[in-house]
Amino acid sequence: MDLIKPDFGLFVWQTVVTLILIFLLAKFAWRPILDSIKKREDSINDALDAAEKARLEMQNLKANNEKLLKEAREERDKMLKEARAIKERMINEASTEAELKASKMISAAQEAIAQEKQAALNEIKQQVAELSIEIAEKVVKKELNSQENHMQLVDNMLADVKLN
Amino acid sequence: MMTTFKSFKFLIALAITLTAIPFNSLAKESNSEAEEQFNPTDMIMHHIGDAHGWHFLGSGDNSYTLPLPVILYTEDGVVSFMSSEFHHDIEGEVVVEKDGKRFVNYHETIYQLNASEEKLSFGEDHYPNNATAPTDLSVTKNVAAMFLTVIVMLIFFFSLARHHKKSDKAPKGLNNALEALVLFVRDDIAIPNIGKKKYMKFMPFLLTVFFFIWITNLLGLLPGAANVTGNISVTVALGLFTLILILINGNKDYWAHIFWMPGVPVPVKILLAPIELIGLFIKPIALMIRLFANITAGHIIILSLLGLIFILENVGVAGISVPFALFIMVLELLVAFLQAFIFTMLSALFIGVAVEEHEHH
Repeated sequence: MDLIKPDFGLFVWQTVVTLILIFLLAKFAWRPILDSIKKREDSINDALDAAEKARLEMQNLKANNEKLLKEAREERDKMLKEARAIKERMINEASTEAELKASKMISAAQEAIAQEKQAALNEIKQQVAELSIEIAEKVVKKELNSQENHMQLVDNMLADVKLN
Repeated sequence: MMTTFKSFKFLIALAITLTAIPFNSLAKESNSEAEEQFNPTDMIMHHIGDAHGWHFLGSGDNSYTLPLPVILYTEDGVVSFMSSEFHHDIEGEVVVEKDGKRFVNYHETIYQLNASEEKLSFGEDHYPNNATAPTDLSVTKNVAAMFLTVIVMLIFFFSLARHHKKSDKAPKGLNNALEALVLFVRDDIAIPNIGKKKYMKFMPFLLTVFFFIWITNLLGLLPGAANVTGNISVTVALGLFTLILILINGNKDYWAHIFWMPGVPVPVKILLAPIELIGLFIKPIALMIRLFANITAGHIIILSLLGLIFILENVGVAGISVPFALFIMVLELLVAFLQAFIFTMLSALFIGVAVEEHEHH
């Protein structure tokens, strides 16, 4: 049967054509194509690696930033807290000082009042003594006249004292 | 859904109606002439076989045939002329005289008539007995179709290579599709079977064979095209390439596994050697036969289905055999790729086994 009997001519042509085709394509098509694909694949892989690295770096950077931010925030809180404490302390100090001053002033005033009072009393005592002496003088002067005059004099003296 | 169902019903109705019209009534006039019996075997063999001219349509002197060069290597040197000089005769009746030698084309075999013979005569075995067949290196229909594939491949892949020389970026359009296929051969055929270390050496062969078979298969499905990959001579040549690659590249381990299988008792070694040796040749032979039989079978099925119309002499049969032939045709599109894939895949596998580095056991 012709169908399964190899034909020499066609076999030769096929062999020659295939050899030439392999040679031509290998030299001018397959090598450049495969090399370029390889190069592209390598560059894609490199790019992917670089992207991954950049991503990690970004992540690190972000974490760093967050840490810094957190630290700054803590610092701020601390400062605020300290400021508040200082303020309170100052207010307290001021008020205690003021109280102290006020009480000092009050006590000083009281002391002054007491001194004045004492002075006034002393003066009164002195005047009373002088008056008493005056009265006594007058009484002694008048005694010689009469008993009645004496009594009258005392009464007059006393009335004078009252007026004072 | 509804429309498909309707059109399907319509198709069946059409088929049944047409079946009712006898073929003869359509061609009554021609019946008066000597009726030529339709011979499906001749028709099919003519379509799947090789020829010295590329016949498209018509018959006899009215046919449209591309004449191809006939190149004969006779005892006295090369003789060549165009196939049109036979005037489409394949019965050995038209004698072409060149350089004092007479040639006839008898069923696509060119015979050189013995000296002083004027006409081909046949012996009792129905073979010509007064002529010898010189070595025929003609550019036949199959060779011409092969050239067509070569031209298509050169255009396609030189264009892809041009792109790759210019830039490392991914190509667009057809080049992108071709590149995807090149990558398919590399990543799914060569690397898994041969291994990352050695595959590069065999890529030119595998890529060339894959695309040659696939494109030839597809072109073979066109009307009027040649049946190149369905020709045993072509597949034998392709299979021999694989065999030679195995023989050249087989390493020491590979040959040890064939002639002196390690790790088995001596009697078994002696028993295995001839089996393995036969296996070495069976592998490429299986490749040859698989490709040849698959492609030829597809063509025969389509031609048989269409031939039914003429065997039954009934137009209505077309309503059934045309859809069936169409279905087989679509299947053949798949087979065209599948056979290219299998041939390349198995070649890569056989080569891979031959060059494999063994961990010693």
